[in-house]
Amino acid sequence: MAVAVQGAPGKSRRGREPRPGLVQRLKLSYSKYWYAYAMIAPVVIVLGVLVGYPLVRGVYLTLTDATSLNTGRQIGVNHIPDSFNFVGLHNYADVLWGPGSYDRFWSHFVWTIAWTAICVVLHYTIGLALALLLNQKLRGRGLYRMMLILPWAVPTFVTVFSWRLMLADGGAINGILGSVGLPEPGWLSDPLAQKAAAITVNTWVGVPFMMVSLLGGLQSIPAELYEAAEMDGASPWQRFRYVTLPGLRTVSSTVVLLGVIWTFNQFAVIFLLFGNGAPDAQILVTWAYRLGFGQMPRDYAQSATYGVLLLSLLIVFTSFYRRWLARNEQANG
Amino acid sequence: MTTTTERPAARSAAAHAARPAKVRGREQRSPLATVLSHLALITASLIALFPVVYIAYISLGPDDMDYLHPGQILGKATLSNYTTVLNDTDFFSWFGNSVIVAGGTTVVGVMLAASTGYAVSRMRFAGHKQLMWTLLVTQMFPIAVLIVPMYYILSSLQLLDSYFGLILVYSGTTVPYCAWLLKGYFDTIPVEIDEAGRVDGLSPFGTFWRLILPLARPGLAVAAFYSFLTAWAEVAFASTFMLSSDKYTLAVGLQSFISEHDHQWQLMATTSVLIALPAALVFYLVQRHLVTGLTAGAAKS
Repeated sequence: MAVAVQGAPGKSRRGREPRPGLVQRLKLSYSKYWYAYAMIAPVVIVLGVLVGYPLVRGVYLTLTDATSLNTGRQIGVNHIPDSFNFVGLHNYADVLWGPGSYDRFWSHFVWTIAWTAICVVLHYTIGLALALLLNQKLRGRGLYRMMLILPWAVPTFVTVFSWRLMLADGGAINGILGSVGLPEPGWLSDPLAQKAAAITVNTWVGVPFMMVSLLGGLQSIPAELYEAAEMDGASPWQRFRYVTLPGLRTVSSTVVLLGVIWTFNQFAVIFLLFGNGAPDAQILVTWAYRLGFGQMPRDYAQSATYGVLLLSLLIVFTSFYRRWLARNEQANG
Repeated sequence: MTTTTERPAARSAAAHAARPAKVRGREQRSPLATVLSHLALITASLIALFPVVYIAYISLGPDDMDYLHPGQILGKATLSNYTTVLNDTDFFSWFGNSVIVAGGTTVVGVMLAASTGYAVSRMRFAGHKQLMWTLLVTQMFPIAVLIVPMYYILSSLQLLDSYFGLILVYSGTTVPYCAWLLKGYFDTIPVEIDEAGRVDGLSPFGTFWRLILPLARPGLAVAAFYSFLTAWAEVAFASTFMLSSDKYTLAVGLQSFISEHDHQWQLMATTSVLIALPAALVFYLVQRHLVTGLTAGAAKS
């Protein structure tokens, strides 16, 4: 990453006057851009303290056997110091291929990947379909748009709470299913139905953001392109395939990336829907939280190990995704 | 919805960007397609609204088991839950706390995000790309890894149980996305405006404050909306970092209706509705800007 970035300005400068030395360049950059640094300083400080330090501390914890029993704490006036030991990479080995690692890690891993893929695909396709519908000249368009964005405005824990009442045995959903003669699964108790319920709720929560973003993207596609396509006799499908989709490429790449990151780390929906129950429907994030907070003794080291593994997965995914985007960009001119 | 097109930056962003992709006039849509569109949108709207309406409906049932028999609520619907929550609980102090924290997060977060976004959008200082990349990576941190060390930091800074501490934590979580969004928005505002400001003798900060921020209002509205909602609805941080019950936010206070022995679902539903109302109000205020604000942000970043 750093290499690529440093390389870029160097290339553009080639052929002009010889480059000044590093120190001088920094000085020049400083005197020219001191206000830029002043503008980003608060963010850098806040994120450094609140995110950077915890990350370092979290990574350190993964190399120890820290639990709530051997971590330093304050009882009354007595301070009990840390007594955990450095164990090297033992936690990683244990999580990834220790005894029972399939049930502890890999089953949640597979489900997390499936959960992310299914949710993002649903978010995107439903969001795009609704955005296309809303982008037509249609009576009551503004009203529809408002109603469809509303789920975004309602706090997640409120909607999840509402879904819980609706999905409960004898709740509204099963009432409707029963009245048309369909089976009534135990949404909050049956493992497979739990997963379906979680995906449904998360889709409901996530579609409005996608819809609004894609609607914005659709509105920024120049109408001339559609007119030209029509002149050339393109069918609606061809116009969609060769005008709409390419026109949405930049918006799509951003919202899909954010969607993947947010869904992968979607804590609230699963945690609030099932609490500490439903071991099968826990994704890695909620599982890590349970290890660190939902049991006694709290296993800080294992929880942090999950966290670091999650973060690495996302970073790997993002770098591949960006590289893939860049290659696509080149291929498509 | 002409409102979606009247964005200030539109004058600048090439004229075509401002014009929505209007329905092609020559080819008329068939009546069938129109009916189908309406049907699809009505269905989707019903699905979107149903959970919200449902919880409002449940909140009208006076007994704690009413949610199990929604049909029976109809006959005895009452607003008694609302009077109970408003009069006999700490609702108003929780509400005040939430307003302080969410409002503070909105102001602090948007200011931080705007200055960062502007710096990255306008100035090619060393490290600006790494900064954006870092911001993206901070979105990937799972809460589970952060919450314990954050607790230690806040406690050593004496910021536990304080509004400011919680505002800082929330700003830390909202700023990355807002900065991305606003950077994209600032990119659509032509640099010539900055240059004109500089020629007229404004400092870089003055240019930013007096010229660019007013032009970026739709983008700022979306960032504010996002920050407010995030802070308003957050549970995990608030319940960990706010220790005394008079500092609880609404989302935390809500949980006090369910204890091991007592499940007051009807009060929970009522409080949920009362929590959703201010969020819906904020949403109503900014919804005209949502599409334009997000477009520029997402389309250009």
